[in-house]
Amino acid sequence: MTEVECPECGADVSLYDDLETGEIIDCGTCGAELEVIDVNPPVLERAPELEEDWGE
Amino acid sequence: MHVGILYSRIRRDEKLLLSELRDRGHDVTKIDVREHRFGLDGTTAPVEDVDLVVDRCLATSRSLYATRFLESYGVPVVNSAETAEICADKAKNSLALAEAGVPTPQTEVAFTKEAALEAIESFGYPCVLKPVVGSWGRLMAKIDSRNAAEAILEHKATLGHYEHKVFYVQEFVEKPGRDIRVLAADGEPVAAMTRSSDHWLTNAAKGGETDAFELDDEALELVAAASDAVGGGLLGVDLMETGESYTVHEVNHTVEFKALSEAADVDVPAAVVDWLEARAASAGDEVAEVTP
Repeated sequence: MTEVECPECGADVSLYDDLETGEIIDCGTCGAELEVIDVNPPVLERAPELEEDWGE
Repeated sequence: MHVGILYSRIRRDEKLLLSELRDRGHDVTKIDVREHRFGLDGTTAPVEDVDLVVDRCLATSRSLYATRFLESYGVPVVNSAETAEICADKAKNSLALAEAGVPTPQTEVAFTKEAALEAIESFGYPCVLKPVVGSWGRLMAKIDSRNAAEAILEHKATLGHYEHKVFYVQEFVEKPGRDIRVLAADGEPVAAMTRSSDHWLTNAAKGGETDAFELDDEALELVAAASDAVGGGLLGVDLMETGESYTVHEVNHTVEFKALSEAADVDVPAAVVDWLEARAASAGDEVAEVTP
Protein backbone atom coordinates (compact mmCIF):
# COMPACT_ATOMS: atom_id res chain seq x y z
CA MET A 1 0.00 0.00 0.00
CA THR A 2 1.42 3.40 -0.99
CA GLU A 3 0.49 6.85 0.24
CA VAL A 4 0.09 10.06 -1.74
CA GLU A 5 -0.93 13.56 -0.77
CA CYS A 6 -4.56 14.59 -1.15
CA PRO A 7 -4.64 17.50 -3.64
CA GLU A 8 -7.57 18.99 -1.73
CA CYS A 9 -6.42 18.98 1.91
CA GLY A 10 -2.83 17.75 1.85
CA ALA A 11 -3.44 14.72 4.09
CA ASP A 12 -1.96 11.33 3.21
CA VAL A 13 -4.24 9.06 1.18
CA SER A 14 -3.57 5.30 1.27
CA LEU A 15 -3.75 3.53 -2.08
CA TYR A 16 -4.22 -0.18 -2.75
CA ASP A 17 -1.88 -2.00 -5.10
CA ASP A 18 -4.57 -2.82 -7.69
CA LEU A 19 -5.21 0.84 -8.39
CA GLU A 20 -6.69 1.63 -11.83
CA THR A 21 -6.43 4.83 -13.80
CA GLY A 22 -9.92 6.33 -13.86
CA GLU A 23 -10.86 4.99 -10.43
CA ILE A 24 -12.26 7.25 -7.72
CA ILE A 25 -10.72 7.35 -4.25
CA ASP A 26 -12.21 9.09 -1.22
CA CYS A 27 -9.85 11.09 0.95
CA GLY A 28 -10.34 9.76 4.49
CA THR A 29 -9.52 13.16 5.97
CA CYS A 30 -11.50 15.73 3.97
CA GLY A 31 -13.89 13.40 2.14
CA ALA A 32 -13.01 14.75 -1.32
CA GLU A 33 -13.59 12.43 -4.26
CA LEU A 34 -10.28 12.02 -6.07
CA GLU A 35 -9.72 10.60 -9.53
CA VAL A 36 -6.67 8.44 -10.21
CA ILE A 37 -4.97 10.15 -13.15
CA ASP A 38 -1.95 7.85 -13.25
CA VAL A 39 -0.81 4.80 -11.33
CA ASN A 40 2.94 4.76 -11.85
CA PRO A 41 3.63 6.89 -9.92
CA PRO A 42 0.15 7.51 -8.48
CA VAL A 43 -1.34 10.91 -9.31
CA LEU A 44 -4.65 12.08 -7.89
CA GLU A 45 -6.82 15.01 -8.92
CA ARG A 46 -10.14 16.21 -7.61
CA ALA A 47 -12.81 14.15 -9.42
CA PRO A 48 -15.35 15.80 -11.72
CA GLU A 49 -18.68 16.72 -10.15
CA LEU A 50 -21.69 14.52 -10.91
CA GLU A 51 -23.25 15.36 -14.28
CA GLU A 52 -26.92 15.08 -15.09
CA ASP A 53 -26.50 12.34 -17.72
CA TRP A 54 -24.38 10.04 -15.58
CA GLY A 55 -25.74 6.61 -14.77
CA GLU A 56 -26.41 3.26 -16.29
CA MET B 1 -9.36 -11.74 -27.43
CA HIS B 2 -8.46 -8.08 -27.36
CA VAL B 3 -11.08 -5.94 -25.66
CA GLY B 4 -11.34 -2.17 -25.60
CA ILE B 5 -13.06 -0.76 -22.53
CA LEU B 6 -14.60 2.61 -23.28
CA TYR B 7 -14.91 4.53 -20.02
CA SER B 8 -14.72 7.83 -18.26
CA ARG B 9 -14.74 6.47 -14.73
CA ILE B 10 -13.66 3.12 -13.40
CA ARG B 11 -16.39 2.06 -11.02
CA ARG B 12 -16.28 -1.16 -9.03
CA ASP B 13 -18.18 -2.74 -11.95
CA GLU B 14 -15.41 -1.90 -14.43
CA LYS B 15 -12.78 -3.02 -11.96
CA LEU B 16 -14.46 -6.43 -11.59
CA LEU B 17 -14.69 -6.69 -15.37
CA LEU B 18 -11.06 -5.71 -15.93
CA SER B 19 -9.90 -8.20 -13.32
CA GLU B 20 -11.87 -11.07 -14.90
CA LEU B 21 -10.63 -10.23 -18.40
CA ARG B 22 -6.99 -10.05 -17.30
CA ASP B 23 -7.23 -13.21 -15.19
CA ARG B 24 -8.31 -15.07 -18.34
CA GLY B 25 -5.34 -13.72 -20.27
CA HIS B 26 -7.25 -11.39 -22.56
CA ASP B 27 -5.63 -8.21 -23.84
CA VAL B 28 -7.36 -5.14 -22.50
CA THR B 29 -7.04 -1.58 -23.78
CA LYS B 30 -8.63 1.02 -21.55
CA ILE B 31 -9.97 3.90 -23.62
CA ASP B 32 -10.75 7.05 -21.66
CA VAL B 33 -13.37 8.65 -23.87
CA ARG B 34 -12.46 12.11 -22.53
CA GLU B 35 -9.01 11.94 -24.13
CA HIS B 36 -10.03 11.17 -27.71
CA ARG B 37 -11.52 12.69 -30.82
CA PHE B 38 -13.97 11.00 -33.15
CA GLY B 39 -13.92 12.08 -36.80
CA LEU B 40 -15.86 11.01 -39.85
CA ASP B 41 -12.99 8.86 -41.11
CA GLY B 42 -11.37 7.71 -37.91
CA THR B 43 -10.54 8.31 -34.28
CA THR B 44 -7.56 8.88 -32.05
CA ALA B 45 -8.92 6.10 -29.82
CA PRO B 46 -6.76 2.94 -30.09
CA VAL B 47 -9.35 0.61 -31.62
CA GLU B 48 -7.53 -0.74 -34.73
CA ASP B 49 -6.56 -4.04 -33.15
CA VAL B 50 -9.44 -4.70 -30.80
CA ASP B 51 -11.88 -7.53 -31.40
CA LEU B 52 -14.61 -5.80 -29.48
CA VAL B 53 -15.22 -2.54 -27.64
CA VAL B 54 -17.30 -2.62 -24.47
CA ASP B 55 -19.08 0.66 -23.83
CA ARG B 56 -18.89 1.42 -20.12
CA CYS B 57 -19.22 5.21 -20.39
CA LEU B 58 -20.66 6.74 -17.26
CA ALA B 59 -22.01 9.71 -19.21
CA THR B 60 -24.93 8.79 -21.45
CA SER B 61 -24.17 11.53 -23.98
CA ARG B 62 -20.66 10.17 -24.50
CA SER B 63 -21.96 6.63 -24.76
CA LEU B 64 -24.43 7.60 -27.48
CA TYR B 65 -21.93 9.40 -29.71
CA ALA B 66 -18.87 7.22 -29.12
CA THR B 67 -20.71 3.98 -29.94
CA ARG B 68 -22.18 5.53 -33.09
CA PHE B 69 -18.77 6.71 -34.30
CA LEU B 70 -17.09 3.39 -33.51
CA GLU B 71 -19.73 1.47 -35.42
CA SER B 72 -19.22 3.77 -38.39
CA TYR B 73 -15.56 2.63 -38.49
CA GLY B 74 -16.70 -1.02 -38.45
CA VAL B 75 -15.58 -1.62 -34.86
CA PRO B 76 -17.83 -4.15 -33.06
CA VAL B 77 -19.31 -2.48 -29.98
CA VAL B 78 -21.41 -3.79 -27.12
CA ASN B 79 -23.91 -2.54 -26.52
CA SER B 80 -24.77 -1.31 -30.00
CA ALA B 81 -25.43 2.33 -30.77
CA GLU B 82 -29.03 1.41 -31.58
CA THR B 83 -29.54 -0.20 -28.18
CA ALA B 84 -27.88 2.77 -26.49
CA GLU B 85 -30.14 5.21 -28.30
CA ILE B 86 -33.29 3.41 -27.21
CA CYS B 87 -32.24 2.74 -23.64
CA ALA B 88 -30.77 6.18 -22.99
CA ASP B 89 -34.13 7.86 -23.48
CA LYS B 90 -37.07 6.85 -21.31
CA ALA B 91 -39.63 7.82 -23.96
CA LYS B 92 -37.92 5.71 -26.65
CA ASN B 93 -37.52 2.93 -24.09
CA SER B 94 -41.26 2.94 -23.30
CA LEU B 95 -42.19 3.04 -26.98
CA ALA B 96 -39.90 0.13 -27.84
CA LEU B 97 -41.35 -1.99 -25.03
CA ALA B 98 -44.94 -1.15 -25.96
CA GLU B 99 -44.33 -1.79 -29.66
CA ALA B 100 -42.92 -5.22 -28.78
CA GLY B 101 -45.99 -6.04 -26.71
CA VAL B 102 -44.04 -6.01 -23.43
CA PRO B 103 -46.22 -4.79 -20.55
CA THR B 104 -44.92 -1.42 -19.43
CA PRO B 105 -46.47 1.36 -17.31
CA GLN B 106 -48.87 3.70 -19.08
CA THR B 107 -46.92 6.76 -20.17
CA GLU B 108 -47.56 10.07 -21.88
CA VAL B 109 -45.14 12.70 -23.11
CA ALA B 110 -46.15 16.37 -23.30
CA PHE B 111 -44.21 19.45 -24.34
CA THR B 112 -45.83 22.24 -22.37
CA LYS B 113 -46.73 22.70 -18.71
CA GLU B 114 -50.39 22.89 -19.63
CA ALA B 115 -50.41 19.67 -21.63
CA ALA B 116 -48.31 17.92 -18.96
CA LEU B 117 -50.80 18.99 -16.29
CA GLU B 118 -53.60 17.50 -18.36
CA ALA B 119 -51.64 14.26 -18.61
CA ILE B 120 -51.06 14.26 -14.84
CA GLU B 121 -54.73 14.92 -14.09
CA SER B 122 -55.80 12.18 -16.48
CA PHE B 123 -53.57 9.67 -14.67
CA GLY B 124 -54.79 10.94 -11.30
CA TYR B 125 -52.76 11.14 -8.09
CA PRO B 126 -50.24 9.86 -7.36
CA CYS B 127 -48.46 9.67 -10.66
CA VAL B 128 -44.84 9.99 -11.66
CA LEU B 129 -42.88 12.60 -13.59
CA LYS B 130 -39.44 11.57 -14.83
CA PRO B 131 -36.67 13.20 -16.85
CA VAL B 132 -36.30 11.44 -20.22
CA VAL B 133 -32.55 11.15 -19.67
CA GLY B 134 -31.12 10.24 -16.30
CA SER B 135 -30.39 7.43 -13.94
CA TRP B 136 -30.01 6.37 -10.32
CA GLY B 137 -33.45 7.77 -9.49
CA ARG B 138 -32.34 11.36 -9.98
CA LEU B 139 -35.02 14.05 -10.44
CA MET B 140 -37.87 11.58 -10.27
CA ALA B 141 -41.06 13.06 -8.83
CA LYS B 142 -44.00 11.22 -7.32
CA ILE B 143 -46.80 13.74 -7.62
CA ASP B 144 -49.48 13.57 -4.96
CA SER B 145 -51.54 16.68 -5.69
CA ARG B 146 -52.33 19.32 -8.29
CA ASN B 147 -50.46 21.90 -6.22
CA ALA B 148 -47.32 19.79 -6.33
CA ALA B 149 -47.78 19.13 -10.06
CA GLU B 150 -48.02 22.84 -10.87
CA ALA B 151 -44.95 23.66 -8.80
CA ILE B 152 -42.78 20.87 -10.23
CA LEU B 153 -43.81 21.64 -13.82
CA GLU B 154 -43.03 25.33 -13.37
CA HIS B 155 -39.64 24.55 -11.86
CA LYS B 156 -38.75 22.18 -14.69
CA ALA B 157 -39.93 24.58 -17.37
CA THR B 158 -38.10 27.54 -15.83
CA LEU B 159 -34.91 26.05 -14.46
CA GLY B 160 -34.35 23.00 -16.59
CA HIS B 161 -32.32 22.11 -19.60
CA TYR B 162 -34.47 21.80 -22.73
CA GLU B 163 -34.81 18.05 -22.15
CA HIS B 164 -36.72 18.84 -18.95
CA LYS B 165 -39.39 20.45 -21.09
CA VAL B 166 -40.10 17.00 -22.51
CA PHE B 167 -42.48 16.04 -19.72
CA TYR B 168 -42.57 12.27 -19.27
CA VAL B 169 -45.62 11.40 -17.18
CA GLN B 170 -46.29 7.87 -16.02
CA GLU B 171 -48.86 5.99 -14.00
CA PHE B 172 -47.77 5.17 -10.47
CA VAL B 173 -47.46 1.39 -10.11
CA GLU B 174 -48.31 0.07 -6.64
CA LYS B 175 -45.41 -2.31 -6.25
CA PRO B 176 -44.86 -4.41 -3.10
CA GLY B 177 -42.06 -2.20 -1.74
CA ARG B 178 -39.57 -3.59 -4.19
CA ASP B 179 -38.71 -3.94 -7.83
CA ILE B 180 -36.63 -6.50 -9.70
CA ARG B 181 -33.36 -5.96 -11.54
CA VAL B 182 -32.31 -8.62 -14.01
CA LEU B 183 -28.92 -8.63 -15.68
CA ALA B 184 -29.42 -10.31 -19.04
CA ALA B 185 -27.08 -11.13 -21.91
CA ASP B 186 -29.03 -11.14 -25.17
CA GLY B 187 -32.17 -11.95 -23.21
CA GLU B 188 -30.63 -14.77 -21.14
CA PRO B 189 -30.69 -13.86 -17.44
CA VAL B 190 -27.29 -13.84 -15.74
CA ALA B 191 -28.56 -12.88 -12.28
CA ALA B 192 -31.60 -11.28 -10.70
CA MET B 193 -32.25 -9.42 -7.48
CA THR B 194 -34.94 -7.46 -5.74
CA ARG B 195 -34.36 -3.93 -4.55
CA SER B 196 -36.46 -3.04 -1.51
CA SER B 197 -37.07 0.21 0.28
CA ASP B 198 -39.68 2.03 2.34
CA HIS B 199 -39.18 4.89 -0.12
CA TRP B 200 -41.08 4.74 -3.41
CA LEU B 201 -37.71 4.79 -5.20
CA THR B 202 -36.05 1.42 -4.69
CA ASN B 203 -32.89 1.87 -6.80
CA ALA B 204 -29.77 0.31 -5.32
CA ALA B 205 -28.12 3.69 -5.98
CA LYS B 206 -30.71 5.19 -3.60
CA GLY B 207 -29.81 2.70 -0.91
CA GLY B 208 -32.45 0.05 -1.62
CA GLU B 209 -31.75 -3.30 0.06
CA THR B 210 -30.92 -6.09 -2.36
CA ASP B 211 -31.74 -9.79 -2.28
CA ALA B 212 -31.40 -12.62 -4.77
CA PHE B 213 -34.56 -13.33 -6.78
CA GLU B 214 -35.58 -16.41 -8.73
CA LEU B 215 -37.32 -15.62 -11.99
CA ASP B 216 -40.45 -17.56 -12.92
CA ASP B 217 -41.35 -18.52 -16.49
CA GLU B 218 -43.34 -15.37 -17.09
CA ALA B 219 -40.52 -13.12 -15.93
CA LEU B 220 -38.05 -15.08 -18.07
CA GLU B 221 -40.22 -14.49 -21.13
CA LEU B 222 -40.57 -10.80 -20.37
CA VAL B 223 -36.83 -10.34 -19.91
CA ALA B 224 -36.16 -11.98 -23.27
CA ALA B 225 -38.85 -9.90 -24.98
CA ALA B 226 -37.64 -6.66 -23.37
CA SER B 227 -34.09 -7.40 -24.48
CA ASP B 228 -35.23 -8.04 -28.05
CA ALA B 229 -37.30 -4.86 -27.98
CA VAL B 230 -34.23 -2.68 -27.47
CA GLY B 231 -31.90 -4.60 -29.80
CA GLY B 232 -30.31 -7.02 -27.33
CA GLY B 233 -26.95 -6.87 -25.60
CA LEU B 234 -25.82 -6.80 -21.99
CA LEU B 235 -28.73 -5.15 -20.27
CA GLY B 236 -30.29 -4.33 -16.94
CA VAL B 237 -34.01 -5.08 -17.22
CA ASP B 238 -36.16 -3.57 -14.47
CA LEU B 239 -39.51 -5.11 -13.62
CA MET B 240 -42.20 -4.41 -11.07
CA GLU B 241 -44.62 -6.94 -9.64
CA THR B 242 -48.24 -5.95 -10.24
CA GLY B 243 -49.89 -8.72 -8.23
CA GLU B 244 -50.71 -11.24 -10.91
CA SER B 245 -47.97 -10.37 -13.35
CA TYR B 246 -45.12 -7.97 -14.06
CA THR B 247 -44.57 -4.70 -15.84
CA VAL B 248 -41.21 -3.73 -17.33
CA HIS B 249 -40.48 -0.09 -16.57
CA GLU B 250 -37.11 0.25 -18.25
CA VAL B 251 -34.04 -1.37 -19.75
CA ASN B 252 -30.54 -0.02 -18.99
CA HIS B 253 -27.71 -0.30 -21.49
CA THR B 254 -24.56 0.40 -19.43
CA VAL B 255 -25.74 -1.76 -16.58
CA GLU B 256 -24.04 -1.71 -13.20
CA PHE B 257 -23.70 -5.17 -11.70
CA LYS B 258 -21.71 -4.82 -8.48
CA ALA B 259 -24.88 -4.96 -6.35
CA LEU B 260 -26.01 -8.06 -8.27
CA SER B 261 -22.67 -9.75 -7.71
CA GLU B 262 -23.15 -9.29 -4.00
CA ALA B 263 -26.88 -10.16 -3.83
CA ALA B 264 -27.06 -13.15 -6.15
CA ASP B 265 -25.04 -16.32 -5.78
CA VAL B 266 -23.59 -15.87 -9.27
CA ASP B 267 -20.13 -14.92 -10.48
CA VAL B 268 -21.45 -12.04 -12.55
CA PRO B 269 -18.12 -10.79 -13.98
CA ALA B 270 -17.31 -14.34 -15.13
CA ALA B 271 -20.70 -14.69 -16.83
CA VAL B 272 -20.26 -11.30 -18.49
CA VAL B 273 -16.84 -12.25 -19.83
CA ASP B 274 -18.21 -15.62 -21.06
CA TRP B 275 -20.72 -13.64 -23.07
CA LEU B 276 -18.11 -11.15 -24.32
CA GLU B 277 -15.94 -14.03 -25.52
CA ALA B 278 -18.88 -15.42 -27.49
CA ARG B 279 -19.67 -11.99 -28.93
CA ALA B 280 -16.05 -11.41 -29.95
CA ALA B 281 -15.96 -14.81 -31.65
CA SER B 282 -19.14 -14.11 -33.61
CA ALA B 283 -17.90 -10.60 -34.53
CA GLY B 284 -14.71 -12.22 -35.84
CA ASP B 285 -16.74 -14.69 -37.89
CA GLU B 286 -18.71 -11.83 -39.47
CA VAL B 287 -15.50 -10.03 -40.43
CA ALA B 288 -14.13 -13.27 -41.94
CA GLU B 289 -17.27 -13.66 -44.04
CA VAL B 290 -16.90 -10.26 -45.67
CA THR B 291 -13.10 -10.44 -46.13
CA PRO B 292 -12.37 -13.92 -47.59
